[in-house]
Amino acid sequence: MREITLSQAVNEALAEEMRRDDTVFIIGEDVAEAGTPFKVLSGLVEEFGAQRVVDTPICEPGFMGLAVGAAMTGTRPVVDLMFGDFIFLIMDQLCNQAAKTHYMSGGKLSVPLVLRTNMGATRRSAAQHSQSLHALVAHIPGLKVAMPSSAYEAKGLMKTAIRDNNPVVIFEDKLMYQDKAPVPEEEYLIPFGVANIKREGTDITLIGTSSMVQVCEKAADILAAEGISAEVIDPRTIVPLDEATLLASARKTSRVIVVDEGHQSYGVTGEIASRINEKAFYHLDAPVLRMGAMDVPIPFSPALEDITVPTPEGVAAKARMLVAGEMIDAA
Amino acid sequence: MANAKTNSEDYLRMYRQMVRIRTFEDNANQLYLSAKMPGLTHMYSGEEAVAVGICEALETRDKITSTHRGHGHCVAKGAEFKQMFCELLGKEEGYCRGKGGSMHIADQSNGNLGANAIVGGSMGIATGAAFTSKMLGRDDVAVCFFGDGATAQGLLYEVMNMAALWHLPVIYACENNGYSEYTKTEEIAAGSITDRARAFGIEAHQVDGQDVLAVNALTTDLVARARKGEGPFFIELMTYRYHGHHVGDINREYYRTKAEEKDWKENRDPIIRFRAHLITEGLATEDEIEAMNAEIAADAKAAVDYALDAKYPDQSEVDMHVYSGITHALA
Repeated sequence: MREITLSQAVNEALAEEMRRDDTVFIIGEDVAEAGTPFKVLSGLVEEFGAQRVVDTPICEPGFMGLAVGAAMTGTRPVVDLMFGDFIFLIMDQLCNQAAKTHYMSGGKLSVPLVLRTNMGATRRSAAQHSQSLHALVAHIPGLKVAMPSSAYEAKGLMKTAIRDNNPVVIFEDKLMYQDKAPVPEEEYLIPFGVANIKREGTDITLIGTSSMVQVCEKAADILAAEGISAEVIDPRTIVPLDEATLLASARKTSRVIVVDEGHQSYGVTGEIASRINEKAFYHLDAPVLRMGAMDVPIPFSPALEDITVPTPEGVAAKARMLVAGEMIDAA
Repeated sequence: MANAKTNSEDYLRMYRQMVRIRTFEDNANQLYLSAKMPGLTHMYSGEEAVAVGICEALETRDKITSTHRGHGHCVAKGAEFKQMFCELLGKEEGYCRGKGGSMHIADQSNGNLGANAIVGGSMGIATGAAFTSKMLGRDDVAVCFFGDGATAQGLLYEVMNMAALWHLPVIYACENNGYSEYTKTEEIAAGSITDRARAFGIEAHQVDGQDVLAVNALTTDLVARARKGEGPFFIELMTYRYHGHHVGDINREYYRTKAEEKDWKENRDPIIRFRAHLITEGLATEDEIEAMNAEIAADAKAAVDYALDAKYPDQSEVDMHVYSGITHALA
């Protein structure tokens, strides 16, 4: 199968959906000729024109609000938010307006909107361009949240998001834009709420989101060399969450580490760990561990930044302790 | 100028709609005072000529966005008393199945995109509705209702900038009732409100919001021009709020005098003024007007009685309409 980058995969998904449906359009800062700072959208304005690849002034709440109204009246906007950190600027339009319109109207109005943004540290971009804020959005009922872990997921989840009649937020890891993965030439969609078992194992389950799936896979390689069999699962969407697949794996291996790049406190790792504790407690041989980003603003210095996010070695070390029974007393 | 309402049937309909709003509000106030209504509400009484003058210049397909003080817009855009009182009381037959209440009341089928309880929260939505109209080659117009208090929100300037750049068919209708909640407008608004729109190159008008014919004539002209791509436009409608900020705001002499309220109610009331005009011009007799008022009062009473006896939504509806396409979000 051919391999393409995550950036190309997103671009293909958007182009295919824009060809399929004339009501799909892209809106955001420098999305047209510039194709975004990451060049993810290059070429789209040439094919679809400035009416459907719409450059806006620098006003995130304004174009987000405009997109909500456009979605409510018959179009399918794909909003490009240049950095995930800017989500704080659009919180009212996303969480008070887009997320609640369907409910507050008793189901009569819908907001079929996709918010494309990014996440991920270690790009030396400091505290306002490095955050992974998906947990904030996942907390709000009415929003769906997708976290692609490779080019394959990025394309399939984007196409599903555009066809969904609800507001969907997709967080792409900006360090993965140039990462290649096998992506079929033929059309496919990835349904929401269906986790992907990336690797089967029997001793411990590593649940990872976005780029942390790769971290978990590398950790599994390290562990395999030591004779420890790790199962790696990618939930692919955190809302809806494929709880059944996660629970089945927890019951099978009896040990779980949840790895996610959001801050560890009050985050995705805590939510998933809690569900496993509540629903698979009697199958567990060890406490479910959380591994998120350190609870500090992301620092600039490489010497500091690199220690704020989970690494394969760090995940493997914790897994080793869990399998050896060393973490039980720490619980 | 395009054709404003000129024949007697149109005039009587405008009068009827203004009286319907006043009657609705009088009943809503009584429901609150007699503790039959959950929560609280914000009365539109005194501002009827604004909603009616504007909405009578619109077609059903045209969109409006409304505010926390939204009963008047809802009635003026064509809603029925029965579903409105049901919504106010949280009943199943309400326009939003009881999920919105007073602050989110809207008859969506008549182009009302919802009442918004975030001050200024709908400015993006209205602008987005106008964006859809232009993108899909429709000729509908969107009217964004908001108060003088909302002119302090930054979102207004972000969306007016885009609307002006892209010539969107949106009319920003600022209902200046003199008070931003409990504070005089002159204490929260520097300079001229209309000049702010003019800074974006937007044609801005100030009109007597107590004169339904003036409001209707101006809006009719602007709507016709917006349909031809000459938008956006801005209107500041000088009006007055008879009640407090909300129904519980009873003792308000610390921010405005009773003499001031009395003056507006006795000398500038939009319904009294228009009634006198109808009689002077021979368009209706006193008897005919009294009969119309009585009929509206009887309609309102019947609707209130109906709503008081109507069913609450079944508790199983609590997790319905969270997501489009998912019947029960928590199932």
